[in-house]
Amino acid sequence: MKFRLYVVASGLLFAGLGLALWAQDGNKGPEQKESVYAELGRVPEKERQKTNPLAKDAEAVAAGEVLFEEHCEECHGNRAMGGKKAPSLRAAEVQNATPGAIFWILTNGVVRKKMPVWSKLPEPQRWQLVSYIKSLGIAEAASEDASRKP
Amino acid sequence: MMPLLLSKSFHLFGLSIGTLLLSSCLSLAGFSPLAAQENPYIVAYDHNLEEPGSLEVEYFSTFGTQRGGPGFHAFWAEFEYGATAWWTTEFYLDAQSTFGESTVFTGFRWENRVRPLKREHFINPVLYMEFENKNEADKILKEIEGHDVEADQAVPNSIARQQVTREIELKLILSSNYKGWNFTENTIAAKNLSNHPWEFGYALGASRPLALKGAAHRCNFCLQHFIAGVEMYGGLGDRWSFGLHDTSHYLGPGLAWNLPSGWTFRLAPTFGLNGNSHQFLLRWGVSYEVSGFGRMVESMFKGQER
Repeated sequence: MKFRLYVVASGLLFAGLGLALWAQDGNKGPEQKESVYAELGRVPEKERQKTNPLAKDAEAVAAGEVLFEEHCEECHGNRAMGGKKAPSLRAAEVQNATPGAIFWILTNGVVRKKMPVWSKLPEPQRWQLVSYIKSLGIAEAASEDASRKP
Repeated sequence: MMPLLLSKSFHLFGLSIGTLLLSSCLSLAGFSPLAAQENPYIVAYDHNLEEPGSLEVEYFSTFGTQRGGPGFHAFWAEFEYGATAWWTTEFYLDAQSTFGESTVFTGFRWENRVRPLKREHFINPVLYMEFENKNEADKILKEIEGHDVEADQAVPNSIARQQVTREIELKLILSSNYKGWNFTENTIAAKNLSNHPWEFGYALGASRPLALKGAAHRCNFCLQHFIAGVEMYGGLGDRWSFGLHDTSHYLGPGLAWNLPSGWTFRLAPTFGLNGNSHQFLLRWGVSYEVSGFGRMVESMFKGQER
């Protein structure tokens, strides 16, 4: 009886691990051939037009930098230049996007492409992140990197 | 008898120390810590899932008072992994120590949470499925369902641990973030696989960071890192006797301290609301979140990328 239980438990564990790995692979399907920045084009117009309420806050960029280092740098790389797991945010597609569009992506994530939902950060912190990302400007190397991404 | 008791206590104390050591090792082994933003809930779930590829190692503890029997210390280890941005899977190991009796391992759980909607809405549903294999000595009170009452925990460990329960538990998690607040409502339906009726329960929670704006400098004690909240949970009877009679209910404040280094500490003193409930539960937990765990496992099976 105990043996059967252990077999079932082990089976469940391995199935879980397998499914987890499969899910990671599943995200590398043909749908990723679409530009990694395509989601910016799907932001609803009303959200795109939102302005950053902290645009004139002198501390917003510095606070955004701290938040970026804590939550985003691991995937998006140092100063948002891009990493192994996520694209650069210094590409023209992002830097030319409206603050409202970036805020919307932060709030909703791109869950089918591994970008988590960041609605757990309070709104002011998400706007601080937008301030920081927009303050970085376009970086040439980053744009080239982005174009190489599938 | 006493040396045996001490030996078991020592082994299970090892579970808690082991979990903390594993967390510390992960922090030293080159895994990057990920600053968490955990709510202070111990029982209720919100719709925030683990970041993909991240592993959170957690240790939780509950000290409970018991009328008609000795008090207890129940504890569990959790390994929470973000399989994708819409799916989190979690494995638990449970144990408890009843004062003056014994310390026993009480079982394991495997849970999955799936976020069915792609985007954020005013109310965000998450589907929760769990398989539990535990014995009746389990006292972690991770959820209250059916007619769970304080008297259930008065059964001596030597008897209770012989009764093994296999259970499927389903939850519908409905959670909202609004102006810095999180509100969550969990509806629970659990089925003991050995011909018992469906049992029901609920958990409610509300929480808010003490500051909504981030500070312009790195700090551990800034108010933004503290999230305060309140949590209420209890049973709703079963399929044959749905309602509040012979059920227990709990209410308590909670506080989470999310450190930028990846550590989170939670504290939740909880009070029983009726005569069927434990009068007081002191619950606390510590967790450590690392990113890159998924990539490490992947590379173990796939070899190095060229």
